[in-house]
Amino acid sequence: MRSADRPLSPHLQIYRWQLTSVLSILHRAAGAALTAGAVLLVWWLVAAASGPDAYESVTDFLGSWLGLLLLFGWSLSLFYHLCNGIRHLVWDTGHGLDLKSTYIGGWLVVAGTGVFTLIAWIAGISSWAS
Amino acid sequence: MTVTRLRSPLGRAVGLGSAKEGVEHWWLQRITAVALVPLGLWFVIAIIRLLGADVDDVRDWVGNPLPAILLVLLLIATFYHAALGLQVVIEDYVHAELTKLGLLVVVRLACFALAVAGIFAVVSMAVGTSS
Repeated sequence: MRSADRPLSPHLQIYRWQLTSVLSILHRAAGAALTAGAVLLVWWLVAAASGPDAYESVTDFLGSWLGLLLLFGWSLSLFYHLCNGIRHLVWDTGHGLDLKSTYIGGWLVVAGTGVFTLIAWIAGISSWAS
Repeated sequence: MTVTRLRSPLGRAVGLGSAKEGVEHWWLQRITAVALVPLGLWFVIAIIRLLGADVDDVRDWVGNPLPAILLVLLLIATFYHAALGLQVVIEDYVHAELTKLGLLVVVRLACFALAVAGIFAVVSMAVGTSS
């Protein structure tokens, strides 16, 4: 078999997904999504500095269904990348690298992401409604 | 018997070897990550409090020194961190040399330009020179 024809590892068709690898790739995906969110932040700031018309076009977009969906994805990505980033910083100190700790930390990150996102949107909706 | 050292004195002092670079990339990614923990949390809280604000409210808010300073720090840390992170993603997944090189250049320039645009907007609102 020529080297180009050899099956690649991991064999994605038969790959058994596990929490650790899913969280690992999600960390990258969330990081990339957050960069797109940072573009939104710059657009918002430049529009606010430009004037009321430019600012209104940003708030109109963010208030639309697509805008709200992007904001939800952005907040979810932010809290996930933040929680998992702290998990990475703990690993960098040499702690929590055994199998059991990586799973405990992983589920803590999943729970933390859900709780923080929920709190942020409840606070956001009540702040917006008042 | 004489011991021949093939590495130059400068090469030994710098200690980088054939990799040509040391831990700067890794280290700066961590430094910016640590900075983004408090800055990110502050930003989320600030945005929640600003929901429903019009352009004058936003300008008044950015007109205060603390939000202006924290926004500039957030922009620097965010785009530095993003540039380093996206660089690794590109290096890992893009194997065509020319495409990889092009993407690395685009990512660096875009992150720098976006940071400058954001900082300029904050400063112009903070010092009250915006239209």
